[in-house]
Amino acid sequence: MSQESFEPRLVGFLCTWCSYTGADLAGTARMTYPSNLRIIRVMCSGRVDPQFVLKAFEEGADGVLISGCHPGDCHYQEGNIKALRRHRLLSRVLEQMGIEKKRFRLEWVSASEGIKFQQVCQEFTEQVRALGPLNLNGHGGNSHE
Amino acid sequence: MSESKPKVAFYWCSSCGGCEESIVDLGADILKVVAAVDIVYWPVALDFKKKDLEAMPDGSIAVSFINGGIRMSEQEEMAHLLRRKSGLIVAHGACAHLGGIPGLANFWNKSTIFRKVYHTTVSTDNPAGTEPALKSTVDGHELTLPEFWDTVHPLDDIIDVDYYLPGCAPHRDLIINAVTAILEGKLPPKGAVLAPNKSCCDDCDRNDTKPEKLTIKEIKRPHEVLLDPKTCFLAQGVICMGPATRGGCGERCIHGNMPCRGCMGPSDQVRDQGAKFLSAFASLLDASDEKEVERLVDSIVDPAGTFYRFSLPSSILRRKKMEAIQ
Repeated sequence: MSQESFEPRLVGFLCTWCSYTGADLAGTARMTYPSNLRIIRVMCSGRVDPQFVLKAFEEGADGVLISGCHPGDCHYQEGNIKALRRHRLLSRVLEQMGIEKKRFRLEWVSASEGIKFQQVCQEFTEQVRALGPLNLNGHGGNSHE
Repeated sequence: MSESKPKVAFYWCSSCGGCEESIVDLGADILKVVAAVDIVYWPVALDFKKKDLEAMPDGSIAVSFINGGIRMSEQEEMAHLLRRKSGLIVAHGACAHLGGIPGLANFWNKSTIFRKVYHTTVSTDNPAGTEPALKSTVDGHELTLPEFWDTVHPLDDIIDVDYYLPGCAPHRDLIINAVTAILEGKLPPKGAVLAPNKSCCDDCDRNDTKPEKLTIKEIKRPHEVLLDPKTCFLAQGVICMGPATRGGCGERCIHGNMPCRGCMGPSDQVRDQGAKFLSAFASLLDASDEKEVERLVDSIVDPAGTFYRFSLPSSILRRKKMEAIQ
């Protein structure tokens, strides 16, 4: 499969207060960005159980994004800081399991940062496209072949 | 032997023998078990052969206790044979239940394990570079060996399992309770883990010493500190799997002043013990900026091996990605 024909399957957990609203802004402002990210709205980035991330990879995701409010802006005080600690620790575990760190990304996107959301989507899609399909347990990414 | 007594079998697969020991460790209580049942197959202790097992009618064994994970073709064959001959199958111990310590081999595969064991360890003396082969001829005799797999599996990957008896090895009370429940026909629904559905911390003597807000400033390994025998291990900065591990083990490690390593597996509500512990542990880290979080996280020597010490083959990812193994 050539890299051009490989469309990465990405799962994004976005907090409802900042990042989901930021993604919504990108949409209402008609900004264009790759359609690879499947968005799942959660109440807080701190609600993202590491099991969700593993389950996404197991079921065929090539990359997983968690996006929350900027540090200091969390609706629940420090849910995003817990997400930060879990992201760094889970990244190390994923690497030990043979899953590249670049497939698991944490970003801060505020409700007014539609442009940042667009950039994150573009960058992450290209980053995972360059890595190629994860092919965990025989699952492939979307192929256009 | 009376015909009316229920028939019981014990078998071992990829395990250390500790679970066999856990039966013998029942002490005087084993006599009650022996009085109530006929043991019809137990290779480690009694001289029955595979052909004896094959000769038994299908479904004639009331219950088979199988310990150990499945990592070789012979173990798979025996698991299927016992399944056919038995009414109930109990996965006995952490290895059959979750994969166990031998399941840590899922960070490697057959070729890297063989390279290490038969070629590169300092104590290996193998000038001809011989490796185990499925078939070989010695003095005109053809010898066969079972096939060694890339991946260790928990028992329920291979056959249908009725109950799980957790622990490394299971606590004697759990075994007695399980045997009693089977004999009295008072079993919980199929698929149950025969142990309390609460965390190890619930029963822990050190619970009172856990601070209101538990935070960890530095992560220490048990050999690096003088462990206080009364204080919560996490409050001492030592990784203790208690919060994400099922209780009912008798807390033998805690009483020996060692932290919980997670052999009982997760409680019923949790799918992946390692991920759940990771979640709980990371939130305790006393760091808010990226650099400090990374410094603390990087100070853990082997996070995957520590959090999945007993449960890697039954975790969501099950093993290290094959293509990533050098």
